[in-house]
Amino acid sequence: MLPDKYGKFGVFGGKFVPETLMIALEELEKEYKKTQKDAKFKKELDNLLEVYAGRPTPLYLAKNLSKKTKRKIYLKREDLLHTGAHKINNTLGQVLLAVKMGKTRIIAETGAGQHGLATATSAALFGLPCEVYMGEEDIHRQALNVFKMRLLGAKVIPVYSGSKTLKDATSEAIRDWVTNVRNTYYVIGSAIGPHPYPMMVRDFQSVIGKETKKQILKYEKRLPDYMVACVGGGSNAMGFFHPFFKTGVKLIGVEAGGLGLNTEKHGASLCKGAVGILHGTKSYLLQDKDGQVRIAHSISAGLDYPGTGPEHSYYKETGRAEYAAITDKEALQGFKMLTEQEGIIPALESSHAIYYAVKKLAPKVSKDKIIAVCLSGRGDKDIDIIKNESH
Amino acid sequence: MNRIDKKFKELREDNKKAFIAFIMAGDPSLAITKKLILELDKQGADVIELGVPFSDPIADGPTIQKASERGLKSRTTLADVFKIARSVRSIIQTPIVFLMYYNLVFHYGLERFVKDAIFSGVDGVIIPDLPVEESKDLRMIAKRHAFSVIHLLAPTSSIERIKKVSNASTGFIYYVSLTGTTGTRVKLPKELKLSIKNIKKITKKPVCAGFGISTPEQVKEVQKAADGAIVGSAIVKVIEKNIRKKDLVKKVGSFVRTLKGA
Repeated sequence: MLPDKYGKFGVFGGKFVPETLMIALEELEKEYKKTQKDAKFKKELDNLLEVYAGRPTPLYLAKNLSKKTKRKIYLKREDLLHTGAHKINNTLGQVLLAVKMGKTRIIAETGAGQHGLATATSAALFGLPCEVYMGEEDIHRQALNVFKMRLLGAKVIPVYSGSKTLKDATSEAIRDWVTNVRNTYYVIGSAIGPHPYPMMVRDFQSVIGKETKKQILKYEKRLPDYMVACVGGGSNAMGFFHPFFKTGVKLIGVEAGGLGLNTEKHGASLCKGAVGILHGTKSYLLQDKDGQVRIAHSISAGLDYPGTGPEHSYYKETGRAEYAAITDKEALQGFKMLTEQEGIIPALESSHAIYYAVKKLAPKVSKDKIIAVCLSGRGDKDIDIIKNESH
Repeated sequence: MNRIDKKFKELREDNKKAFIAFIMAGDPSLAITKKLILELDKQGADVIELGVPFSDPIADGPTIQKASERGLKSRTTLADVFKIARSVRSIIQTPIVFLMYYNLVFHYGLERFVKDAIFSGVDGVIIPDLPVEESKDLRMIAKRHAFSVIHLLAPTSSIERIKKVSNASTGFIYYVSLTGTTGTRVKLPKELKLSIKNIKKITKKPVCAGFGISTPEQVKEVQKAADGAIVGSAIVKVIEKNIRKKDLVKKVGSFVRTLKGA
């Protein structure tokens, strides 16, 4: 069972953090392991996921897309969850853990604002003060989520350094944690960061894949042939894929192709990066010839990150999953397609997976194949970007 | 015995404490970095800590983050910093250690990094995001070349960790004086001296404290308990303030002289 006791997925993962945080990570791992054996914790979390977040989410056979492509395309409807994306699965778990650990302050980083929003929501529910680091550029492009977080009582702290996006928000959250490690719980939003975060986030998100398995067996009496999800840090994809690790289902992660993989402007660390160390973990990373971390680009703030989760690197290296990229333009088409044909407005992140499944994968595979796509979030937050793009 | 070990042996014999000065390579240019290194040596720095600019310095506060950005702006690469070290090594004998983040070392290649460092007269490296658990490979290579891998301890380190880190660290042990990032503080934590004493009960290796130390008084205070005091951000601030001035090097020199309190 991965990760091993050093927090490694093969050569990936680990704990590359300042000494100050090592003890906090050891404590976190110990407490997390305790909760895994704690039936009460599990019951409490399951109950919250059901009555507060809205689980289980439907697995919907996309009627019109399936008709058009002549392949069965199922959508796992994480967009229907409270706060509008899969992020709440993880934040409820982690904030509940923070409460058990007696931490009195919550911090988080956010890109698209979905993780920040889910953390602010969970913190409000448990009555904990919450501060969210967010790149200045993301604050502009995801203004709605910023407003919501502030309504929920969270403090949104703009980050002006570097690319002013998720990468720098994460660095700043780590600096806060180093400073306030004794009373603060850092809720990481993706399957990234030092051990035990990638494992913990994966476990909390695995509810997506577990439900999908049950549902598809009920509807089709068999597993899907392909599963497709978008990958930035990779938490929705890992939660979707992980329960299928030991099956023969083909797993495909879709990265942000930005302006194209032949340009410097994309977020496709698995397709185009090299192994490196960022934010506490060893994984594929966009970097220049000197090892400086490159600035990622994507139309979707949630995929605008130069690194990715270490377990995805492991899946890539071992061939368990394949990774592809979809450009900004294609993602916008995916967005339009799902909106117009199914009446579902997807997040721009998820639109990458939609476009890939419908336009790249479906035409390539035989008609009896079943494709399941993780619709990780809804598109309300992206309306302003869409408005500007269609002008 | 490399230059760091020799230096601490001498200091111990003379009953003196080390003063360690940090600057960022390429801030504002490599030519000035070379002059600054020579000036730090002239003003009596016992060890010179040279930062290698990195895009994501997670252990650094705003002052050194900005210095790192200036270093990147002047297009300073690791190869350039090796070159600068080489060029001063024929002039001075003061130990030089690099302070850098692990991705730069990993990307360069561990073996190649240590070999080029030794060839350039660099004596050791401090990597704030490389805890002992992850540094085994680097330490094995470093040992063969008598190159120091200086590990850090923090106020949160447990007794077990103090033992583990003290065992692994070579050259000296870098004690992070507070929970936080680099940067000047008005006051140092009250328990600082006690924490250093507790570490020194466990190890015979030199323990030097850094983070937050910015005044001659603080340097003196820290040196009472530790084997050395490390000053970074306060010096970098002087560089930042005088960045376009002709007497930049002189200004830094006189600040370091007062810090050292000779």
